[in-house]
Amino acid sequence: MTLVLNEEQRLLKDTAKDFISRVMPVSALRTLRDQKDALGYKREHWQQMVELGWASMVLPEAYDGLDFGYMGLGAVIEESGRTLAASPLFSTVVLGSTIIIEGGSEEQKSALLPGIAAGEISLALALEEKPHHQTTGFATTAVADGDDFIIQGKKVFVLDGHSADQLIVATTMESGIGLFIVDASASGIDRRRHHLIDSRNTATIEFKQVRVNKSSLIGDAVQGQNILNTAMDYGRICLAAEMLGAAKECFERTVAYLKERDQFGVKIGSFQALQHRAAKMYIELELSKSVVLDALSAIDDKRADLPQLASLAKASLNDVFELVTNEAVQMHGGIGVTDELDIGFFLKRSRVATQILGDSSFHRDRYASLCGY
Amino acid sequence: MSDLDQFRQTVHAWLEENCPPAMRTPITREEQVWAGKNKVFPNQDAKLWFERMRDKGWTAPEWPAELGGGGLDERQAKVLRDEMKRLGCRTPLFDLGIWMLGPAVLEYGTEEQRQQHIPSIVRGDVRWCQGYSEPGAGSDLASLQTRAEDHGDHFLVNGAKIWTTNADKADWIFCLVRTDPDAKKQEGISFLLIDMDNPGVSTTPIELISGESEFCQTFFDNVKVPKANLIGELNKGWSVAKSLLKHERKLMAEIGGDTPGPSFSPVQAGIEYVGLDSSGKLRDHGLREQLVSHEMAYRAIGLTHFRSFEERMNGVADNNVPLIMKYVGTEESKRKEEVLMAILGQRALGWYDDEFNADELLTNRGWLFSKALSIAGGTSEVQLNIIAKRVLGLPT
Ligand SMILES: Cc1cc2nc3c(=O)[nH]c(=O)nc-3n(C[C@H](O)[C@H](O)[C@H](O)COP(=O)(O)OP(=O)(O)OC[C@H]3O[C@@H](n4cnc5c(N)ncnc54)[C@H](O)[C@@H]3O)c2cc1C
Repeated sequence: MTLVLNEEQRLLKDTAKDFISRVMPVSALRTLRDQKDALGYKREHWQQMVELGWASMVLPEAYDGLDFGYMGLGAVIEESGRTLAASPLFSTVVLGSTIIIEGGSEEQKSALLPGIAAGEISLALALEEKPHHQTTGFATTAVADGDDFIIQGKKVFVLDGHSADQLIVATTMESGIGLFIVDASASGIDRRRHHLIDSRNTATIEFKQVRVNKSSLIGDAVQGQNILNTAMDYGRICLAAEMLGAAKECFERTVAYLKERDQFGVKIGSFQALQHRAAKMYIELELSKSVVLDALSAIDDKRADLPQLASLAKASLNDVFELVTNEAVQMHGGIGVTDELDIGFFLKRSRVATQILGDSSFHRDRYASLCGY
Repeated sequence: MSDLDQFRQTVHAWLEENCPPAMRTPITREEQVWAGKNKVFPNQDAKLWFERMRDKGWTAPEWPAELGGGGLDERQAKVLRDEMKRLGCRTPLFDLGIWMLGPAVLEYGTEEQRQQHIPSIVRGDVRWCQGYSEPGAGSDLASLQTRAEDHGDHFLVNGAKIWTTNADKADWIFCLVRTDPDAKKQEGISFLLIDMDNPGVSTTPIELISGESEFCQTFFDNVKVPKANLIGELNKGWSVAKSLLKHERKLMAEIGGDTPGPSFSPVQAGIEYVGLDSSGKLRDHGLREQLVSHEMAYRAIGLTHFRSFEERMNGVADNNVPLIMKYVGTEESKRKEEVLMAILGQRALGWYDDEFNADELLTNRGWLFSKALSIAGGTSEVQLNIIAKRVLGLPT
């Protein structure tokens, strides 16, 4: 267990910070939004990220990965949070490839992982069906039909679902949870992209009697839930890292504003009512930072308390991101509610990120249950 | 095996052999061994345990060995603390000398002053108390008025201190006194050690909401103090005071340490007093929510302590992190006590009564005591001021 980055990881973080602030500032997301960009991210940005090794960072060496670990990937993702950078990194590498690595057959791994590492294949996890995060009991079904399975159901809030090359679908099977890898262009698949408040990508996907070969089942129905749980926990932790970066950035912008805005003949940052609230945000951010680092290192160390830490990290960052974005808008006053200022982008992203893979009340409930009460 | 692992094994073995089993149970207030000329030991085991630790210098593990301390570096000291915690070993000696004054004397004292005070603190020969606050100077400590006039070979001290914890039981007091009434607030203050046996020193206790009376008022009426008792430079006592406060805050931030309290954790108490429903959840969902919020925060604080330590060890310390710990540590301790009170319900409300067991009676004492944590050593509000100004650089 370690809570500090090593030399290599720090270097990686600095590079990421430099690249992201230069190439993908918040204005890049603003442009995607304003132009109603069909893809929702810039392909050349994603290619550059791939060249920096981010897509291969946590993949095994045997499949062209770097095996560099999640402390490193987390550092990159945190920096990407600072500018709300849009890319398929989270859906493809964190959620998608984890499922393949954890449960995939040799064929599935060699068919997909090198392509992911090279940035040639993007994945999306079709998981949710309801307004709130769901981890099991899916209405989407996979029924055996000879050597095939027939998938039927409707998935919502699929991150990068409209653009992914391959979909991983969570289904209910006779004997458990089935995770299927399905080509996004397979017949019977109907994808509808949504424009959400955060200007990032999600889709509703309907599976109408989609026929897949049994070779597209990942692991088996008995392991399905465990594989999915692992991927969700990795996802929660990496998303928490992104939220940490975003919350920090939003906080720093707010503190800078407190130092520059004059009212009543003084800087507003001299008002104690604002100082104390700013100090509390700083404290919460420092605590969150420790939690995220510990959770990332728990992935690398394959620690048994990973589920607890994932819930701790996600709940903490949901709360702190909400706090910081609300306070940021309030402390900016009128300009805080204008579209011109980037603060609103952080506010909107915070609420989307909160819903992804479980809100705070979901995770507090889970944490308590995992601790035996 | 690394040197540190080796050290851990040695420490572990030594503790196993030398810490009597009775000294590995949660401590009660009555069982604490406080330093002093007339030390009181609750039993033979406590005496033995104290003497063994003292002889190794482990009452002050990080102080120089030649002054009686343990001579350990920061990593080794942490190993010792961790191993003691793991075995449940009690703190062998309680004293403000160890926690606060000693580090200040090591930093600012002359060689003579170190020789005079450090070994006696390690051995627990002298009990120290802290004379900072005055009726008109609390958060605004620098406005203190107790005067020390230069009388050639000694100072003549006059004034009154308040909230001096355990002054009536202490042998010596470390004080902030005004030595230059004409200088700006912070600049005319000196740091002085005073023997409580000196004629003119008197104390009166103040009763607290917890029913105890740890606080005293301390009066100085023409008290003669030798000049050799001045720590640091004349009129430069403010820097000594601040350095010492840093240690006090660090101490107060160490939540869940060896302070006496009920023997159950909040989660255990919840399971016992509220019970689980058929789905294995605490029956009262509102209480469960409070409990899990606390448990999560508590874990985050523990991780932040550890991160801060690791950052120091790796030479990448963010010196701002320690500044938040007093605030979060004490505020979260208060929350924990509120949660415990809520969980025990009526069972937490007994004062003196055979109807209630010891844990139940300790619960409300702990709750009342926790209220002092966010006041002593700089209030939570003052901590937030410090963070706003020093860390965030917000304007005054
Ligand atoms: C358990 C305990 C043990 C103690 N032991 C000792 C001891 O051994 N020796 C000793 O010298 N002292 C001791 N103290 C005293 C302690 O240091 C003071 O109580 C503390 O510094 C606060 O001062 P005060 O009580 O005068 O409160 P005040 O300073 O009067 O504060 C009252 C309220 O006003 C708020 N306030 C004050 N200034 C500001 C500001 N600038 N901005 C915002 N809010 C502000 C405070 O936060 C507080 O809420 C002890 C206190 C406690 C509770």
